[in-house]
Formats: sequence, C-alpha cells, structure tokens
Amino acid sequence: MTDATDRKITDDLLRPLQTTSAGFWMLVAFLGAIVAAGLGTWAYQMYRGFGVSGIRWPIFWAFYVTNFVFWIGISHAGTLISAILRLVNAGWRRPVTRCAEAITVFALMIGAMFPIIHLGRPWLFFWLIPYPNQRGIWPNFRSPLVWDFFAISTYLTGSVLFLFLPMIPDLALVRDRTTGWRQRVYGGLALGWRGTTKQWHRLESAMQIMAIAILPVAISVHTIVSFDFSMAPVPMWHSTIFGPYFVAGAIFSGIAALIIAMAVLRKTLHLEEYLHPVHFENLGKLLLLMSLLWTYFVFAERLTVWYGNEASEMAVFRVTQRGSFAPLYWTMVVCNFVIPFPLLALRRTRTIAGCVFAACSVLVGMWLERFLIIVPSLGHKYLPYSWGVYRPRPVEIMITISTFAAMALLYVLFAKLVPIISVWELKVGAQPVAAKEHEEVHALWRTEP
Amino acid sequence: MAHRWGMAVDLDRCTGCEACVTACRAENNIPTVGAAQAAVGRAMHWIRVERYWEGEFPDARLKFRPVLCQQCDAAPCEPVCPTYASHHTEEGLNAQVYNRCIGTRYCANACPYNVRFFNFFNPQWDKPLHLQLNPDVSVREVGVMEKCTFCVQRINAAEIQARSDNTALKDGDLKTACAQSCPATALVFGDLNDPESEVSRLSRSPRGSKLLGDLGTLPKVTYLERQSQA
Repeated sequence: MTDATDRKITDDLLRPLQTTSAGFWMLVAFLGAIVAAGLGTWAYQMYRGFGVSGIRWPIFWAFYVTNFVFWIGISHAGTLISAILRLVNAGWRRPVTRCAEAITVFALMIGAMFPIIHLGRPWLFFWLIPYPNQRGIWPNFRSPLVWDFFAISTYLTGSVLFLFLPMIPDLALVRDRTTGWRQRVYGGLALGWRGTTKQWHRLESAMQIMAIAILPVAISVHTIVSFDFSMAPVPMWHSTIFGPYFVAGAIFSGIAALIIAMAVLRKTLHLEEYLHPVHFENLGKLLLLMSLLWTYFVFAERLTVWYGNEASEMAVFRVTQRGSFAPLYWTMVVCNFVIPFPLLALRRTRTIAGCVFAACSVLVGMWLERFLIIVPSLGHKYLPYSWGVYRPRPVEIMITISTFAAMALLYVLFAKLVPIISVWELKVGAQPVAAKEHEEVHALWRTEP
Repeated sequence: MAHRWGMAVDLDRCTGCEACVTACRAENNIPTVGAAQAAVGRAMHWIRVERYWEGEFPDARLKFRPVLCQQCDAAPCEPVCPTYASHHTEEGLNAQVYNRCIGTRYCANACPYNVRFFNFFNPQWDKPLHLQLNPDVSVREVGVMEKCTFCVQRINAAEIQARSDNTALKDGDLKTACAQSCPATALVFGDLNDPESEVSRLSRSPRGSKLLGDLGTLPKVTYLERQSQA
C-alpha cells in the first residue's frame, strides 16, 4: 500500500467528520422536528389516555406492534450480513459492514421503544425487569413478552459491542487528527488504542467471538418476536412456521434497509469510490434470495391453511385474501415479490437504481406483511359476534412516521461523528498483499492453541 | 373442601333481556364510555348477550348466548401476562389484579372469547350513575385490563361471613349479580365441587357443552344447548 492511497482513504472517509455544511444542519433540524413531533404525540397519548389511538375491542394490537416487529426486523441487516460476511471472509464486505452494524443498533433502539409506547401504563414498563421489588413478585417467565425483553436487551448489548469493536482503531485515528475536547472524547472512546500487535490480536479475537456469538442471538430474537404471536391461540397466529418465517422476513427487510442506506450515503457523502456497483449487485442478489425465501414461506403458510380448511383460520384467510384486507395483501405480494424478483433477477436491471427501487418496494411490502399478520387475525377470532375492524388514528400515524425520521436522524448523526466506512478495514483491503498477509496472520493466530 | 366456582347457562331459558348486562354494570362499577366511544368499539360489557340469526325471513330464528369470562382452568390469558396481573386463584378463578397490570393487552388478544376489556380512558359515568358506585369494587384507571370476576367481592364477603359464623356456605347463598338478576333463571352460579349443587347438576346435563370447547381451555361455564323450537 502506498502512502498516497493510505492518505487518500483517510482523507476521504474522515472528510464528513471535519467539514459541516449548512445542508447538514438543515437536515438535522428537519428530522429532529419530526422526531420531536412524534415524542410530543406520544406524550399527548399518555396525557389524554390510550383511547386517542385507533386500537379498539377486539383488535388490541395494531400499528405499534407492527412497527415493533418491523424495526426489530430491520435490525437483522447488520448483524447477520456483517457477521456472515466476516466469518466467510468476503472481501467485498469491507465498506459495507459498519453501515450495516449501525442500522442494527439504531433500528433496535427504535423497535425496542414500541413495546413501551404501546403499553396502557408505559410509566410502569420496568415491571418487566426481574429485580427485588416491593411488589414481591418476579415477572412471569412464561410470558413471551418477558422473553422479548431478555432477547432484545441481549441483542442490543451484543450489537452495540459488535458495532463498537471494529470502530476502535478508527476512533483512535480520529483522536490523532483532532485537538482539544474532541481529542479527549475520541481518546476516551478509543480505549487507549495504540495499534500494537498485541492489541490487533485481541481485537481480531474479540471480533471473531462476537461475529459467531451474535448469529444465534439474532436468529433467536426474531424467533421470539414471532412467538409473541404463535404462542397465542389466535387463528393464523398459532403456527409452527412463524419462527423461521419471521427470521427470513427480518433479514429480507434488513437487507433492503441496508441497500437504501448505502445508496444515500454514497450520494450524499460522495463515497462513489468506495461503495461500488458490485456491492449493490451482491446485496441485490442476497435480496433476491430472501425474496424467494419469503415467497416460499408465505406460500407454504397459506397453502396449508387453505388446504386444511379449518373454519376459524379460513375466516382470517378469506378476509386477507379476498375480503377487506385484500388490497393490502396483494400490494404486499407485488411489493415483496412481483417488483423485486424481475428487477433483481435480471443483470441489466440489477443496477444501483434498480436495487434501491426494489429495496424501497420491499420495505413497504414487509411493513404491510407485519400489519397483515397482526390485524386481520385479531379482528376475526372464533366468535363472529365479536369480529371487529381497525382504523388507524393520526396519533399512530404520526408516531410511525417519526420513527423513520428518528432512524434517519440517528444515522445522519452517526455518519457525522464516526467514519461510516471502516477506514482500517478498507486500508487492509486496499492492498492485496497486505490483505493476504493480514488474513494469513489471522489464520495462523486462529490455529494456535 | 375448597370451592370451585362455576356457572351454567340454560340457552332455552335465556330471553335476551340483558338484565344481566345491566346488573353486572351496576355491581362492578363498569364505566359508561359514551355513545361516540361505544360506536368505535370501546364499550365494556363483562357479560354480553350475543345474538345470532338463523334462516331467512320470515322463517328466521333468533338465538341468544350470554358470553362472559369462562373462568378457564387452562386459560390462555394467564401465561402470556408478563406481570402476573392475570393469574389463577386457588379457587380456580381467573383473577385480574388491576394494580399489577401495565396494559400490554396480550391477555385480550390471547382470549378466544374476547371477554377482556381495556380502559382506554380514565373511567367516567353518565350522571347520575356516578352516585351509585359499589364501594366493594375498585374502579380501574386508564391503561389497565378488566373482565368478569364472577363477582369476587360477593364470593369473598360470603366466605368471610361463613367463616365467622362457623357455618358452611349453602348452595344458593351466593349469587353473582348476573345470576341474581336473571328473571328466567337462565344463569345459575354455584360451587362445582359440591356435587349436589344446582350448577353441578346442570353442568352434568347431556345438553351441556363448553363454548369453543375444542380449544382445550377447560371453561367453568357450561352452556345447555337449545332444544325448544320457539
């Protein structure tokens, strides 16, 4: 690696941290205003009572739980993609991993808000935490919501570590290029990184451990989210397929989010030299694979219900397939299969623009999928006398919109404070020999007792 | 021997008069949510009379079915509650502890009978109903679930009274508000552990069945199916 490339990579990737445009502040103000409006709406809901939402008997979960499942699903981008690519040592992962890991952390933070937002008495959410208390009882460990609590907190802790570990050398780099209080902040975050061989080895081993450990955690998290539904005797919820079906859907929407985030970063931070069409092409292929897998799961689920012809399940089946939810249902099928499949299957359309379009369509489709799993079933349980309809109210719509703004805001701020592409990993990859040596050292070290 | 409270509902006797609904509302301090909220599905009825029409006019038949919490022995609402707000008492009742409830509404989703209700706002009563609140029953604040308790305040009062009098509760000493107010005695409440009680006798009837019995929730409410063609 020549010093010139080295310097160029450092300069290019640290530039967003060093220069701030007026556009940045305007964007932050705009997104911040929407997030503030969302928080204000939540405060209004707490002040006035939960009735300002559209929730009604017997549909007790709707938009908020849809958002919860959706955002937890998005969070599967980072970990799975980045952990799998790290483990198989795919060279093209280098500029992608941090974008992905950051999505995980922020999507989880947003998703984890919803079980609290949707509570009737959100100020008592900490009763889910097992701690010695004056009430004299533990949380109910048989409840899938308690499993959720543990799964999500484990996953959030793990993915913060997974994001933070490979950031340490870059934080040290930023520390060395700043002065004053900034240097102290980055210096603190860099945890005394000096780049010694011993430190590199420790970092490598920690990253390796985390990449392996985070995989089962990620899969268990969305399985447990699916258990929130499949553990209850509700028609079309009580299904054995839900675990893998939800995990597949989560990875599907996660990859879509990653493609969109990368395209936006590429344009706004001028990273054309680092995020190449091949990255989008590869992620597009993964998205295609997940689209097919998702379609297979939906087909398997729907066919067995239809063939089994059980009365209560058929009521839900009919209302989603042909009844009042049919427009949403078929939009979902178009968004998750009909649009992305040809776009991503043909090499000619598997361009950056094509991948981004397919990814946007998938996000819409996957949000609808979660909604269509939750609401039609609750509205059509066993006794036809108690069937019901749901209409969202402005409060729920506002809070839903503000979560997207919150995601964008967190991401914009993160890209401002930390190099969004891993500088040291890119430098290792920039020179074939260095990369090879690096891997050899890595392999050697791995085989030693 | 411990009591095991249950109910029998004779559908042949039910006229659909809804006296039970009114009595329940008065006994248990159930808020009136107002016409607008009721229209969007926020009305609370711990017991409701479901109407089902059979056939086409003029040969239509109307069937009534009072539906209340079935006090299941294998209740789907109980394991899903993260805070034990919904739990099984020693007498087999599905209790709802309002103070523990944080309002996840999971119990209501898991309940196949849709007999659980959520307080979307703080409770209020149309005047002059606010003057007749039952002092033995707590009112529920915004954000908690509530449901039929089998008039647990009456059960507790009667059991305490019997203990202090050193006597055993006799069948018929104790009635829920709905059973007490039913003019056709379609609703019969009592102790299922007493084989001689009216409710035990009716529950053994060949006409008896459990609502959605094949879900395996083991309800303690038995419905005696219709035989008359009236």
